[in-house]
Parts: sequence; structure tokens; C-alpha cells
Amino acid sequence: MRGKLDLDPAVVRQARSLARKVGSPIVRLAKQHTTVSVERATLRMAGLAGADAEGTPWVNRLADVVRADTGLEHGLALPVWDALVRGEAEDLLTLAQKAAAGSVTFRLPEGRDATRSRTAATRAVRAGVRRIDAQRTARDRMIKRVGDAPRTPWIYLIVATGDIHEDIPQAQAAARAGADVIAVIRSTGQSLLDYVPEGATREGFAGTYATQENFRLMRAALDDSSRELGRYVRLTNYASGLCMPEIATLAGLERLDMMLNDSMYGILFRDINPIRTFVDQRFSRQVHARAGIVINTGEDNYLTTADAVEAAHTVTTSQLLNEYFAKEAGLEDWQLGLGHAFEIDPEVPQSFRLELAHALLARELFPHAPLKWMPPTRHMTGDVFRGYLLDGFFNLVGALTGQGILLVGMMTEAVVTPWLSDRDLALQNVRYVLDAAGDLHEDFVPAPDGFIVRRANQVLAETIGLLERIADEPGKAPLLEAIADGTFGLMKRPADGGRGLDGVFRKAEGFFNPAMDLLDGTP
Amino acid sequence: MTGLVRPYGDTTGDGMVQVSFTLPMPHSKVAEGAAAQLAAKMGIEPALVVHAKPMGPDFTFFVVYGPVKHLVDPSQVVVVERDYPLLTPKEVNGAVKAALRRRLVVVGACIGTDAHTVGIDAILNIKGFAGEKGLEYYRELKVVNLGAQVSVPDLVEKAIAEKADAVLVSQVVTQREAHLLNTREMSAAFREAFPPDRRPLLVVGGPRFDEAMAAELGVDRIYGRGTTPGEVASFLVHRMTLRDGAGAPPQEPR
Repeated sequence: MRGKLDLDPAVVRQARSLARKVGSPIVRLAKQHTTVSVERATLRMAGLAGADAEGTPWVNRLADVVRADTGLEHGLALPVWDALVRGEAEDLLTLAQKAAAGSVTFRLPEGRDATRSRTAATRAVRAGVRRIDAQRTARDRMIKRVGDAPRTPWIYLIVATGDIHEDIPQAQAAARAGADVIAVIRSTGQSLLDYVPEGATREGFAGTYATQENFRLMRAALDDSSRELGRYVRLTNYASGLCMPEIATLAGLERLDMMLNDSMYGILFRDINPIRTFVDQRFSRQVHARAGIVINTGEDNYLTTADAVEAAHTVTTSQLLNEYFAKEAGLEDWQLGLGHAFEIDPEVPQSFRLELAHALLARELFPHAPLKWMPPTRHMTGDVFRGYLLDGFFNLVGALTGQGILLVGMMTEAVVTPWLSDRDLALQNVRYVLDAAGDLHEDFVPAPDGFIVRRANQVLAETIGLLERIADEPGKAPLLEAIADGTFGLMKRPADGGRGLDGVFRKAEGFFNPAMDLLDGTP
Repeated sequence: MTGLVRPYGDTTGDGMVQVSFTLPMPHSKVAEGAAAQLAAKMGIEPALVVHAKPMGPDFTFFVVYGPVKHLVDPSQVVVVERDYPLLTPKEVNGAVKAALRRRLVVVGACIGTDAHTVGIDAILNIKGFAGEKGLEYYRELKVVNLGAQVSVPDLVEKAIAEKADAVLVSQVVTQREAHLLNTREMSAAFREAFPPDRRPLLVVGGPRFDEAMAAELGVDRIYGRGTTPGEVASFLVHRMTLRDGAGAPPQEPR
């Protein structure tokens, strides 16, 4: 059984083994480092929340003081819980407040002090991991009680007012109109903030800040909608940017269901330091694995900067790498919303057949992953009528290739943030195609050795070529060299550049982080 | 020259237009009447409400057709016309070489929170836009594309470090007039950091800008939707060569 595209199983195996060859040095590198955000996420797991009067989170205040006193090469946990064991404060919050006031000095405990500190830290962090486990159980229970989305692809809609209290009624209206997944777009500046804002927020640019309280409010509102509609409505946010590990942790604690989480997006599109990204990535993926969260990877972004036909194999390459990194971090197939997009210039002859070939290739390469299918953006011209047709063809490819998650395309893409009527029309478009042709994939088999089959095999061959070229780069981690050369999305990102590099620490002898240990133990 | 015109449906002078909109009312005969009333106030009379669809319990979506009674007078329309010759890449390279005797340095960025680089990439990336190659393709232009979410101080710093002749800023996705705010902040920062005769040319672009607002926003040029790399390159050459007074730009438009 070689599927609809007659992919050679030996070639597919070769692609995966090349991805492993390219990825494993990166995993080794990630394991050798920690970052400020991983350390702050650990404090969040242990229950430290809130912010000072200026809005700086207590995890940042505490981490900054510890970093100044002892460095972070040994992790935050040893000095922090050593201070608690010594009786400097009765709890983490008080300790953070005292530390911010300058009345606590931290040290690296040794011997029995270190053992006591490790025990206390592990106990505190384990409580947080248990809260994440409990949320996962609560999700499973709720899906069993109210029911799940009625069919795939899940219909994914975006809400982005900037004000959580406006987002909530919009999200509930979208759910009522048929959305299975609600994504709250973040305020675009957030990925470059080195702290997670606090509380319910009402001001944002082209999106709403991701905060623990906003997560909680939206999840509670969608729980109400789920009960009302008799199907569990999922909530999505973004584990990306400088605070990726903390956002992932908050998502686990507040029962978000899907997270945008790509292994290289931050490097390429936000110019975040590559090592920082890979360390933060691994931790956040481990959290997602534990929390039962489905990740959505960001391959669609490559096609917004590079040509969607010429660069098709970079998407497949990135999907294979994302799969490798995800599985290494403990995620299972059903959690891999690998991304791809309908971005070929409609003026290109046979563009629809090319789209179909690419989408089917992703489907057949990753048969058990719920692929995330992203609508056209680049060739939406402002001609909303033509855009509506293009979105219809996008939906048809989705139906023909059994996509798991379908981000609803808006005909007003690149014109305005979607109006109520845009969303309604877009959902009519999706519903029409799925009702009319939802099971067409049962009948649709491309002609053996026809255009689609040949194109898909060509893209796979180019993928292998690219992975081989990456593997042949010099140095201990060839992928880092490839990223520095501009292999992906035409962006050159050297390993010693980018934002957040000063928050990366090579682990010293005796390094201790209980969250890493607990998550590494996750089956 | 041209006389008054009205919209064209299928017959000269029929004035036919279509509009769609949503009213925050449940669908009912009254709602349809309200849609017709709104259309009449827009000058569409008699309005044909061809489609009315409830969207949830509280909203109704309408599509309306009808003749609009307004006339437009093209002689009264004010636009920013291109006031410089459009050059080929070869001509641009030649003019830069002749006028500056070095490469012209262009620094580009999306400022503020905007993460959408489509605009700046369309102008700068070698791949270009609408069949035209981007500025990176021009041999005599040195392009530094800083990408998205660049802060104004970083942009100024980079412009100084690169000795930029021109700074290109794109603003695609904007909320609450953020593009205007950001542009004013940017132009003010450049005025503060440079003496008037040393300041790089400031060019902003994006679909939400009004091309006539350049002076008000303190920039040298604003470009709207559909601008091609060639237009921007030609403008830079036109202004740079004028400013340095080193030889007039080629006069023959392409």
C-alpha cells in the first residue's frame, strides 16, 4: 500500500532519517543550555504569578535578582528554594517581593543544603505539573460529556480586537456560527517582549495580549459555549517569541487546547537568537506534550516571503524537522498540526493542481497528523469577489486531502480586520464546500504517474536534496549553519546574533531545573 | 476635458451601484426597510434590497443594488501624480553612479508592532512585485532590510550606522490609526537625529496611507497600494540627484 501518490517508502524513510540527522545535534545543543524564560516558566509552574505596581511580573523581578547574585548557569531553582528553606520568606511571592526590595541575597547551596533545596523545588514544581495534568483530564472529561467537533477539518477562526472583553462575545458568536477552534491573535508586539503581561487587557495592536488572566477568561467563556452548543470548542494561542516557555506553561495551566509553536519561526521571522529559540522550543513542546495540547507549526510563513512553487520543498523540509523535534519532545502524532498553505500565485498555470499535489504530499507523508491548512493571503488583492472564489478552491483542496484543521480564509484579507459579515460569508463558503464535497477524498485518486503524482514526488526529491545539503554543512550543528546561510525563507540568521541571546546560559556542573527533570521523565 | 460621469451598470448613464452592509437588527421586514432607507440616504434610489440574511439573532446582512443619483466630476479630483520620470533599473544605476559615485544606501523596515513584511519585501526583495525586480536587484543600490517590528530608535541608529541615503518604512496592518502615529514618531526622530541637509529621504508605504499626507506626516513621499519597486527607485534617484545638484536626472520618461 503506497497511498495515493505512490511515494516510495524507502525515500520517505530516508527523508525522516535525514531530518533526524539534522535535528539531533540541535537537541543536544538545547539540552546543554537553559534560558531566562525556561527558568521563569519553572517559577510559574511552582505557582509564582502576578506583577509589581509597574506591571513587571514577579517571575521577572525574582529571576533578575537571582541572576545578578548567582548567575543562571546552575538554574534558578537551587538558589530560590535554598532561600525559602533558609526561611528568608514563607512563600515564593513574598520572596520575590523581598528580593525586588533588595532584602534577600541568593547563594548557590552546597551539600545537604543543595539536597534540601532540590527536594523543596521539586515538590513545588510537581504541584504545577499536576495542575497541568488535571487540566488535561478536565478537557478529556468535558469532551466526553458535551461532545467533540462534529467533523474534520476543524473550522478555525480568528478573533483579534485587542480587548479581551470584546473578544469574548466575538469568539462566542464565531463558535455559534460553526467555529470548532478559536484563535485569539496576539498583539503583534508581544513576541518581542521579554515578559508576559499580567491581568485582563483591553488595549492591543492588531490583537490581544496573551496573559494568564485573558487565557482563563476566554477558556471559561468557551466552556459556556461548549455546553450551550453540545461540542467542545477549542482555544488557541501563540507559544512563540521571547517568552515561549512561559506562555506554553500558562496555556497548560489554563487549559488551552492548541498552540502555535514552530521550531524555527522565531529565528526566521522575529530574528530571535537561534539557540534561545531551540532551547525554549524544546521546553515548550515538552509542556505541550504533557498538557495534551495540539501544536500548530508555521510553515505557511515561508510561502509569504518565498515563492510557493519554488519553495514548496522548504515547507516539506520544515515539516519533517518540526515532526522530529516534536516527537523528540514527547508529542504524539495526533498533536502535530503541521502547517502548510494555499499561496501559489493564481496566475501560475495549473496552480490548483500544484496546490493539490503539495497538500496531498503533506497528507501522505504525515498520515496520522492533523495538518493545519492555511488560506491564501499573499495573492488576495483587495478584489473581494475573486478572493471569495480563491477561498472556495482553498476549501476544496482541504476537503480533497483530508486536512485536520482549516483556518477559515477571509475575502477581506489584506483589506480590513474581518467584519462580522466577512466571517459569516467565509463560514458559508466552508460549509458549502464541506457539505457538497466533504467526502470527496474517498473518490479522489490522482492518475498514477499523472501531474499531481509527479509533482509531489518531485517536491519530496527536492526536500531530500535540501536536507542532504543541510546535513553536509560544516560544524557541530549543520542546521545552525544552514539557518545562518538563509536556507529558509531567504532570511540569514547567524547563531551568535538575534534577540534574546543574553538570556541563554550554558548549563554548569550541578545545574538543576526540576521542571526539565519532571518533563524529561514524561513518557 | 472629461465631463461629468455616473456609474455604469449595463447602460450608459444608468448609475447602477451595488453595496453590502450589516445592520445591528434582527432580520425582519422592518430591517429590510431600514436597509432601503440607508441606501436612499446614500443616494441610491430606488434601492433594490436583493439579499437579506440573518447573522445570528441580532444582525442582518444586506446586498443592495440601485441607481445612485450622484454625479462625479473628474476635473475636481485631486491626486498625487508622479512628478518624476520612471526609470529602468539600468537608468537608475547609471544615474546613481553619475551623481553619487558610490552606491545609494537604502534602509527598510516595518516599524511599530506591525509584523507584516509583505509591503517592504515587495519593494526591497530581489523577487520584487508585479513582475518588477525589487531594489536589491539594482547594482548601485545597497539595501539593508531590517524586517518587522523595528523600533524607531533602532531604525535611526541603523540609518546612521549604514549612512543611509533613504529610509523606507512600511505599515501594513494597523489599528486605530497606528500607522499615522508611528510615521509621525519616525519622522520626528529623524529630524531630531539629523541636521536638515543630512537627513535621509523618508519614504513610507502601505495600503492605509493617503498619498497626499506626506507633508503633514513629515516625510518625503507616501506610497499607497500597488506601488512598484521601479517607482520607488525612480523617486529616490530623482530626489537624491536633485539634492546633490550633480547633474539633472534623465528627462525621457520610459
